[in-house]
Amino acid sequence: MANSGTEHTVKAFDSDINQLRGMVAEIGGRSEQAIDKAMRALENSDLELAAEVVREDKLIDDLEKRIDELTFQTIALRAPMADDLRELIATFKISGVVERIGDYAKNIAKRVPLVTKTRRLTPISLLPSMSKIASELVRDSLDAFARRDAELAMEVNRRDQIVDDFYNSIFRAVITHMIENPKDISEAAHLLFIAKNLERIGDHATNVAEMVYFAATGEPMPERTRGEDPTDLLDDTLSDEAD
Amino acid sequence: MKYEEMQESSESVNMTDSTTTDTTGETSAPKMTASHVDVFYGDKQAIKDVSIDVNMDSVTAFIGPSGCGKSTFLRCMNRMNDTIPIARVTGDIMLEGEDIYAASMDVVQLRARVGMVFQKPNPFPKSIYDNIAYGPRIHGLATGKDELDHIVESSLQRAGLWGEVKDRLQDSGTALSGGQQQRLCIARAIAVDPEVILMDEPCSALDPIATAKIEELIHELRGRYAIVIVTHNMQQAARVSQKTAFFHLGTLVEYGETTDIFTNPREEKTRDYITGRYG
Repeated sequence: MANSGTEHTVKAFDSDINQLRGMVAEIGGRSEQAIDKAMRALENSDLELAAEVVREDKLIDDLEKRIDELTFQTIALRAPMADDLRELIATFKISGVVERIGDYAKNIAKRVPLVTKTRRLTPISLLPSMSKIASELVRDSLDAFARRDAELAMEVNRRDQIVDDFYNSIFRAVITHMIENPKDISEAAHLLFIAKNLERIGDHATNVAEMVYFAATGEPMPERTRGEDPTDLLDDTLSDEAD
Repeated sequence: MKYEEMQESSESVNMTDSTTTDTTGETSAPKMTASHVDVFYGDKQAIKDVSIDVNMDSVTAFIGPSGCGKSTFLRCMNRMNDTIPIARVTGDIMLEGEDIYAASMDVVQLRARVGMVFQKPNPFPKSIYDNIAYGPRIHGLATGKDELDHIVESSLQRAGLWGEVKDRLQDSGTALSGGQQQRLCIARAIAVDPEVILMDEPCSALDPIATAKIEELIHELRGRYAIVIVTHNMQQAARVSQKTAFFHLGTLVEYGETTDIFTNPREEKTRDYITGRYG
């Protein structure tokens, strides 16, 4: 059941909820921006911009703490029920997930100085398109939260497959490049981690989407049928690096 | 008939009934079933077409804004509305398959089987002992002093009051604290071995500690008696009940598992009420 927008009898409750919605929009916007900046820094080998992304991650971390504090307080003081309760639980979880998305962007930015001489690595040409979609998923999942839009949340979940497909192509291309050019292995590995970070960002956007769906409908989101993933076995070992 | 025997025989009757009247496919048959109940006060309709089952194994909470009819409906369940001359009840309310509004129904007997606890504790201005012993005496449930003593003790124990009053059973019931008085009233209802206990906002005059004791008591009594509680405190409904019914303007808007009602209600009116958007 969608939030009808009717105000609570206790106006202070609405003001808490509105403040939280604003903060979630802000942390989402900052994370989306961090991804875009990190990728621009990578494309242009812009070390200054990369350093800015690392610095600004602190703001995202602080926002997460403030969101968690206010959510905790609101649950304790207002005893929310039904869709209010679902929204606050979702807010609490989304803030953690979005903070994590910021960390992946920061991780990409940190790798910029290490891949400045990799213009000639062909797989790098796929990364901007991949990051564009990953960042769109982040934006759309948070728009879905702002609008309580279960349909858009489902769509984010479906579109994550494109990010996964990109990752699989890049993975194969990078491995091929490594075999053919063993001297590039270390830099190619960084590119692979960047692709992996983007893939994780897509997954986290779908986590946000799943919480939006739950907050809006009270039901868990139906599971997506995933396509074949030849790198499934490798996922576990690679994903640790992104932390 | 002796008190223990009566308890046993009433239990065996319940068991036979529940196997024969179980048409719902559920594990236990409803203790009380209301179908298409309308209540009028003169020309004014206070309850509109309410149908609801009350089960033995769950506490049922009635919630809703003031004037929604939840107390009116509760009072139909042991014919307390009979005392209001202009009140008229139509539809069926069955207790173990028996129509409680049938001409053959003995109302005094019915109110022993379907006990009631009110908003304000209302002990008789008599001793604690006599408050409990009164019902068993008039219903002839005890044959001698020993047996009556036993009923008084076991009722007070079940109501969680025995330890606090066992040394002053001859003190006046009205000398107890509000929370103790309310537990005394619950003990008084239990003493006549009811099947159903109706509680009309039993904690609204009590402080949080006394309230918690009553809630704990409700939890302990569940399963032994079918319990229906009317409450204005939604947190209390969430804490004590397994089923919740939401009333609004005399209609039953939604009835379901308490967890569902408070996390994901089906009806927008329920949602608005429990989230504090009502009005």
